[in-house]
Amino acid sequence: MTINPSAYRWVGRSVPRVEDAALLTGRARFVDDIATAVGTLEAVIVRSPHGHAVIRSIDVSQALESEGVAAVIIGEDIKRLTRSMTVGVKADVQCWPIATDRVRYVGEPVAVVVAADRYLAEDAAEKVAVDYEVLPAIVDPVAALQSDAPILHPSLGSNLINERCFSYGDPEGAFAAAAHRIGIDVAYPRNSCTPIETYGVVASYEPGEDAYDILANFQGPFSIHAVVARALKVPGNRMRLRTPPSSGGSYGIKQGVFPYMILMGVAARIAGRPVKWIEDRLEHLAASVSATNRVTRLEAAVEPDGRITALDWDQIEDCGAHLRAPEPATLYRMHGNMTGAYAIDNLSIRNRVVLTNKTPTGLNRGFGGPQIYFPLERLMQRIAKELGLDPLEVVRRNLVPAANFPYRTASGALLDSGDYRSALDRAVSEGGLDELKRRRDEARAEGRLYGIGLAAVVEPSVSNMGYITTVLTPEQREKAGPKNGAQATATIAIDPLGAVSVKVASVPQGQGHRTVLSQVVADALGLDPAAIMVVADVDTGRDAWSIASGNYSSRFAPAVAGAAKLAADRLRAKLAEIAAGQLNIQAHDVDFADGRAFARSNPDNSVSFARVAAAAHWAPGTLPDTVDQTIRETVFWTPEQLQAPNAADEVNSSLCHGFIFDFCGVEIHRDTGEVRIDRYVTMHDCGTILHPAMVDGQVRGGFAQALGAALLEEFAYGADGSFLSGTLADYLIPTVMEVPDPIILHYESPSPFTPLGAKGVGEGNCMSTPACIANAVADAIGADDIVLPVSPSRIAGLLAGDEPQPKVKPKRVEDTAPGGQRKLTGEGSAEVAASREEVWRMLLDPATLEAIIPGSHGVEKVSDTHFTADVTLGVGPVKGRYKADIELSDLDEPNAVTLSGKTVGALGSGEGSGRVTLEDLGGGRTRISYSYEAGIGGKVASVGGRLLDGAARVVIGQFFKALANHAGGGKVPGAGVFARLKALIGGGR
Amino acid sequence: MKPAPFHYVRADALDEALDALHEGGDQARVIAGGQSLVPMLNMRLARPSVLVDITRVPELKRIEQRKEQVRVGAAVRQVELERWAPLAGLLPMIAAMMPWVGHTQTRSRGTICGSLAHADPSAELPLALLALGGEMHLRNRRKKRVLPASAFFMGMMATAVEPGEMIEAVAFPTHPMGTGTAFREIARRHGDFAIVACAAIARPDGANRLAVGGVADTPQAIDLPDPSDDGFEDALNEFAWSLGARDDLHASARYRRDLVRSLGRQTVKEAIACRS
Repeated sequence: MTINPSAYRWVGRSVPRVEDAALLTGRARFVDDIATAVGTLEAVIVRSPHGHAVIRSIDVSQALESEGVAAVIIGEDIKRLTRSMTVGVKADVQCWPIATDRVRYVGEPVAVVVAADRYLAEDAAEKVAVDYEVLPAIVDPVAALQSDAPILHPSLGSNLINERCFSYGDPEGAFAAAAHRIGIDVAYPRNSCTPIETYGVVASYEPGEDAYDILANFQGPFSIHAVVARALKVPGNRMRLRTPPSSGGSYGIKQGVFPYMILMGVAARIAGRPVKWIEDRLEHLAASVSATNRVTRLEAAVEPDGRITALDWDQIEDCGAHLRAPEPATLYRMHGNMTGAYAIDNLSIRNRVVLTNKTPTGLNRGFGGPQIYFPLERLMQRIAKELGLDPLEVVRRNLVPAANFPYRTASGALLDSGDYRSALDRAVSEGGLDELKRRRDEARAEGRLYGIGLAAVVEPSVSNMGYITTVLTPEQREKAGPKNGAQATATIAIDPLGAVSVKVASVPQGQGHRTVLSQVVADALGLDPAAIMVVADVDTGRDAWSIASGNYSSRFAPAVAGAAKLAADRLRAKLAEIAAGQLNIQAHDVDFADGRAFARSNPDNSVSFARVAAAAHWAPGTLPDTVDQTIRETVFWTPEQLQAPNAADEVNSSLCHGFIFDFCGVEIHRDTGEVRIDRYVTMHDCGTILHPAMVDGQVRGGFAQALGAALLEEFAYGADGSFLSGTLADYLIPTVMEVPDPIILHYESPSPFTPLGAKGVGEGNCMSTPACIANAVADAIGADDIVLPVSPSRIAGLLAGDEPQPKVKPKRVEDTAPGGQRKLTGEGSAEVAASREEVWRMLLDPATLEAIIPGSHGVEKVSDTHFTADVTLGVGPVKGRYKADIELSDLDEPNAVTLSGKTVGALGSGEGSGRVTLEDLGGGRTRISYSYEAGIGGKVASVGGRLLDGAARVVIGQFFKALANHAGGGKVPGAGVFARLKALIGGGR
Repeated sequence: MKPAPFHYVRADALDEALDALHEGGDQARVIAGGQSLVPMLNMRLARPSVLVDITRVPELKRIEQRKEQVRVGAAVRQVELERWAPLAGLLPMIAAMMPWVGHTQTRSRGTICGSLAHADPSAELPLALLALGGEMHLRNRRKKRVLPASAFFMGMMATAVEPGEMIEAVAFPTHPMGTGTAFREIARRHGDFAIVACAAIARPDGANRLAVGGVADTPQAIDLPDPSDDGFEDALNEFAWSLGARDDLHASARYRRDLVRSLGRQTVKEAIACRS
């Protein structure tokens, strides 16, 4: 059922993108390129090095005295001038854009330093002194639910901020009656689609009008405008938000810039001058937003033939340290289609939203899809395996039948159109699944590891702005009033020369919206697309916009382009009436083509488009009575199918539902565990295709990012909350070298619900590809528990047999403790030429410590058992200055003592403890033995994870060298050496 | 991501560079391609007060073939050696490695000696220095000295270069006819830091040498018998364990040992196959 309407002359063709000339010649204007007002200051954000800590005090006095500094803003200022950001669930919790009393994730803003330029601001930022009391952190969402877990927000009383259970149909009955109950456990990791352009904000404040003007590379949804205006305590008309014309990519991430709009707005207000802030890559990776990580238990009630009669979801969603708008939307965006592409009548869902000491989450391409399709599609393979069926048959048998569209799912989504089985069959034949099976047989016959994976996915697009309210109970919704719809706006204007301009609030992030709109409007008005100017960036002070405006949920082609078509059609009808008068014919006989209006019955009877279009400007008195004007037409469009969730918690969470069927063949290297994708086939039904090359580009882009999620990318955290992937050397994004060329196939089932028949297409592979690749890997190596990202090391671990042992096993220098925290541990001993009593005295003597600690700038004795030191530590060129705090406890004079140390510096922090024992060897000699355990966090942990353990070992090596020197030189090496050891280890590099 | 303030000295002659380094002492640092140093400066991990730019010093910009050595000056960029026509004939191991050294973009700025000075445990060029038995030529205002790899690399990102001293050149020995060399590497992505990198030499007299990067704090090497020899597997296994592999985000210690064994074996075999 392919429809490519011949009525469209331009739509459906891959016309050259109007955006490309500027992009390819370096003329595109991104947020950092926009000229700023004279006197604009630059901001730098001081961020938390700790995953969880109470802020005892912040001293900004030195920073304020630093060269070029205009202001330093801290949490108190924000609390004074703004109010807490709106939280999407009913809970006693506040949400500020900066830490106010405690920090809850590494990278949380603590202060904003505003100075003449970024260099001076960074110099001053180093001088902001924050005194932290470090708290235990929690990063695992399941552990966060335990009663003894550290609690992030004491006002909540636990880390569980929302829980809802849903039941549709009769899941209990279906499970009881089913022949099989088959389940899967999945921990989906954290990742991001990582745009090349980071966040940017330029804010100013006009005190005379109490009005903010903010330029930000924000992508929408503009419901967030309300959140920001409310937080800044101004009416919406005093929070003018503008977006730059070009974007360096978003993929959802740029939604998360909004807390910085509030911060920079206040910074500009306090500084009395405009303030610009451009996020750097470390900030972006550590603290912009990530997708949620989720722990899922999914069970299916299955008949012997593989047909699924019920699904039972138990999802624990980890939204990080704060529930920021629009979260927990990741969990609810897919609520209507929790049964995927399958006809399953019975469904139960338990959703828990948990807060942990990680970066708050937000929009990310695929939004909520990867987290559900990974368990669902892995489960399909598991069912086939357990029942001895062909996975393709299990998928096919469960697909929603073509005759049932539009199909209402158990949880309320209305799947608009499609023929899933035909699309699947075409993919299998055109994509060559049989050939892949042959290759698999051949490979296996040769002892090679080859597997095939499948995934079938429904890709929702055009979000119902009310879906998130499914998180509320029906009673809470009743009280709050209904939320629904998805307003799209489009304005078409015609100037006095008859030139056509189009304005939409779609805020493109590189896709090519302007090109497609020119095609759509050109078709309606009989013009060349090149004659049409399109503006797609937004100025809320001037443009038509609504809460659904912006670029998210793949809404452009179905909603925005559709609204533009409606506006163009409305203008066309009016223009036809004017032309009818000019041509002396009936309006229904008027047609438009090639820049002219003409009589369909007599094409020679024509007039130029400009002549018709200009009449409303130059000769309004000549317009027919039925035509008011043709100067400007604005259309607001919201689909009637998007209703608010009903009392039974059924929700049509999205307007359109595309279909994807993927399969792939992978080969795994037996020695190295490397995955080679032999072939990847992806079949898409996104309704009517408006621009084939752009659809292809969307599929390729989504595929590349999904490949990253499948094989490479993960935001890693230590158990203490330290962030371990702060550079692109540790957060691995696929490059062109790693991404194979997918075979892209199409099946067009136009949506009956959108003006152009188009559905969204940009996010589907982010949902299907990770599961498809994991299924192939599982098939290749026969393993069930596939953890993303599927790194060679992980695969090798699944393949590994017993390891050949060495004759002499070396001592381990570090160990992975339960919970994943990487602790440095070690032990050793040394003999020194001093008695135990002498060594003991040295231990408590600051003068000795000062002499022995290299790089020491002074040791102070706080009490007999408490010292502080100021030291410079480093490895190679990496040097930093640290404050060390050393305490002695469990004193057993002169036999043993426990040393505990903490170090804090600009590069990071560390803490550790060690037990030191002194053994009398006689003859004035003592053996000092010690064992230690230490952890390192902050910047060095974020950017130097690969080298951290080795660096610590280097530092320990330095200690042994110094010890040998002291002993050899006949001097008495005090136990201060161990204080130095502690400082060195604690300080890392 | 902006560096702390520093003074910048652009040396047009070697004397100027050495004088500036002498004056700067341990606060001075040489900058050439800047591909490792500049990120560290921008993240304020390194904060020297003086940077001495040597890229315009003429005598440091030469690649010279001397007897059985190829000498590469401190300002020679990686791309220049990569495209040096005699490279594949004289130093086939380095020719095989060059595409693995970062990316085209970083090789067009980064220098050969800069990578050696940085002494990243996963980097390819330090591995080549050790595997080939090359020498580092160091000098300060007063004297020159020559160090083998074993004396040059002191630890992770730590070298024997002293305050006031700089690398003048590196010399790689060329091999007698009949020597076979091979290089293999496993990284998460092309151009990433190696999880394990192996370089092997098979000499005409039957001696084999395997050097491994990415596991210990500095590259490590071992002499091995022929792979058909009974002692080969045991010696390789002991070597794999002796490197003190650690877990990190990208690979487990076990995986690294497995790769030293499997990749090491293949690399030695390949070197032997290349021996004529």
